[in-house]
Amino acid sequence: MSTKNIMIVGVGGQGTLLASRILGNCVIKEGYDVKVSEVHGMSQRGGSVVTYLKYGDKVYSPIVGKGEADIILAFEELEALRAMPYLKKGGKIIVNTQQINPMPVIVGKADYPTNILSTLSIAGDVVALDALSLAKQSGNMKAVNVVLIGVLAKSSGIAYEKWIDTIKTTVPEKFLEVNLKAFDAGYNI
Amino acid sequence: MKKLMLGNAAVAQGAFEAGVNLVSSYPGTPSTEITENIVKYPEIFVEWAPNEKVAAEVAIGASIAGGRAMSCCKHVGLNVMADPVFTVSYIGANGGLVFAVADDPGMHSSQNEQDSRHYAKASKTMMLEPSDSMECKEFTKQAFALSEQFDIPVFVRLTTRVSHSQSLVEICERENVPVKDYVKDVSKNVMMPANAIKRHVYVEERHQKLVTYAENCNLNTVEDNGSKIGVICAGIDYQYAKEALLDKVNYLKLAMVYPLPEKLIKDFASKCDKVYVIEELDPFIEEHCKALGVNVIGKEAFTMLGEYTPEMIAKAVLNEDGKERVELSAPIPARPPVLCPGCPHRATFYVLKKLGLTVSGDIGCYTLGAIAPLDSVDTTICMGASVSAAHGMAKVRGEQFNKKLVSVIGDSTFIHSGITGLIDIVYNKGANTVIILDNSITGMTGHQDNPTTGKTIRGELTKQVNLITLCKSVGVDRVVVCDPFDVKQFEKVVREETNADEPSVIIAQRPCALLKSVKYEGKCVITDKCRKCKLCMKLGCPAISVDKDGVVKIDASQCNGCGLCIGVCPFSAIEKE
Repeated sequence: MSTKNIMIVGVGGQGTLLASRILGNCVIKEGYDVKVSEVHGMSQRGGSVVTYLKYGDKVYSPIVGKGEADIILAFEELEALRAMPYLKKGGKIIVNTQQINPMPVIVGKADYPTNILSTLSIAGDVVALDALSLAKQSGNMKAVNVVLIGVLAKSSGIAYEKWIDTIKTTVPEKFLEVNLKAFDAGYNI
Repeated sequence: MKKLMLGNAAVAQGAFEAGVNLVSSYPGTPSTEITENIVKYPEIFVEWAPNEKVAAEVAIGASIAGGRAMSCCKHVGLNVMADPVFTVSYIGANGGLVFAVADDPGMHSSQNEQDSRHYAKASKTMMLEPSDSMECKEFTKQAFALSEQFDIPVFVRLTTRVSHSQSLVEICERENVPVKDYVKDVSKNVMMPANAIKRHVYVEERHQKLVTYAENCNLNTVEDNGSKIGVICAGIDYQYAKEALLDKVNYLKLAMVYPLPEKLIKDFASKCDKVYVIEELDPFIEEHCKALGVNVIGKEAFTMLGEYTPEMIAKAVLNEDGKERVELSAPIPARPPVLCPGCPHRATFYVLKKLGLTVSGDIGCYTLGAIAPLDSVDTTICMGASVSAAHGMAKVRGEQFNKKLVSVIGDSTFIHSGITGLIDIVYNKGANTVIILDNSITGMTGHQDNPTTGKTIRGELTKQVNLITLCKSVGVDRVVVCDPFDVKQFEKVVREETNADEPSVIIAQRPCALLKSVKYEGKCVITDKCRKCKLCMKLGCPAISVDKDGVVKIDASQCNGCGLCIGVCPFSAIEKE
């Protein structure tokens, strides 16, 4: 199989790392070669964070280049827009419609862009959802990451049960119930 | 069994399989997770040391005593450990001795972009560089064996994309490597001139053996695809090159980046019309090739700055354009990292800015106090420099300047190398004010314990360094502890201490908001008492913003309920929901 490229983008603290771990642990079960590139350290402190996940018969570079992402999983609208040039022609971008103001906007040095979803639709298929509300309904605001994984899982071609098994082995026991609910909420939109 | 593993976790696995007995490190992105992963193996003694120099010396002692030992750090940490490293090159290794060092091209979380390969050359040691997690494990194991075979400390060099990428690793059993005998050997282990002169001869002879080894070892590999273009590379650049150029070129993949082979490079180049050296950061391999008289294309086609990409390589070597994409039509706001909601440092910087002080800064989350709207940090150099550099500033600019000058330094950074600067201030009659930002943890690198937290890396209770008695014991008579969230009191303390004519230390004490033990009840909300004065905006809290109509809002998904804004608002317009 040719390599599939997935980009997970968001704001530091939104739980993108756990999302990439679930995704990585799930595709590994399909017998693919997998590489995941993460961000740790200073950039995690409320800055833009980007995780790349690639799988296929043989993966070399752990990073995804511009115009190469089959799927972008965006935890925040502005970060979706920032990642847009990475989307492959005909690729899919799953966007949580949450907007988090970056510091230049907060201090009045820049404006938060408007009409992001329509701009994104020029680049590819847009699936937009309010993952924050779905996470709240599932019992924890922090489960946005697993809601979004649920959305991605639906069109992944990987069986539902395999995703559930992976969540069970990746997520700590005490958060399991909330996360399974959150996954279903995303899976069933 | 194959497992998806972070490069850093794979280095830890390699050390485990190699039978390592001891690991001592100081945290530093992107190297931290190596040592954190060692904790998984109960057979290994593991510790966070106060700084990298101590960590390296602990490992060196363990090696001399016959155990296999490792010390891990980031590139700038290697500067701190350089002193023992250069001399242990002469001493060599009894038990295998490995230094894992992680460079940070692109400076994701660093203050400079130095290239650690120069250290291997300068210290006449040996350096291996893996390109994925499997190689991280294998090369670390090899490094221990080579260290003992050649009586030499061996570096494993990583870069951020190797350290922080996960790929598949085949897991093996731990080798049973008994601790070797310790035999007193003054000529080898006591590096005074008479002995060191003889050991230097040995070091030069050993280097020649290593060059011969580099020519023939199975670490360096040639991939002949029958092309007339050759590529010489190492580490992550090999993965980028493979992705970009596939089998359109021949490869010389160097796993051993120091010493570099001579004949191997010449033979490889002689079969190609054009040879590229692809390496992030400095022209280290390129200069070696050129010194051998091999005509290679290096930095004239590639940058010295930042990280490389496959796209960049495809363009430079094959003149191929990147993939079709939709570019942004206008610039969009950047999202730099910020102090987290609830961060104790926010209150400190709010006060320092309000008082218009010059702030000598340091390395940690609190470096972010340099960013608007807090923008109060004046300088950031390296670990510990906030204290010592402020002493220098005060000595040239005089008393009045010093009364508007403070140093800010985290608890872990203070123990790392701030205490020596403080001793200098006391000893040399300075009158500086040092603010220790005591958030009860090493924050930036992801919550490591340190000598001031009272817990070891394994979470065991231990003696806790008391910052108050420590500062008093070096001769600072004025030591004040204050919670920066008590903004008025904190401001008063800062005014008093900066006005004092003697050295003083303020311990700004409040735990990191991300610690599990820190729980603030409820969320802050703006009530209709708000007069839009925007004083709360000066806190630079990511949860507070103003909309187009000038209405101040708090984003509940961002707010952690710390309540700092409640104390700052002059109209009592912010309440807990």
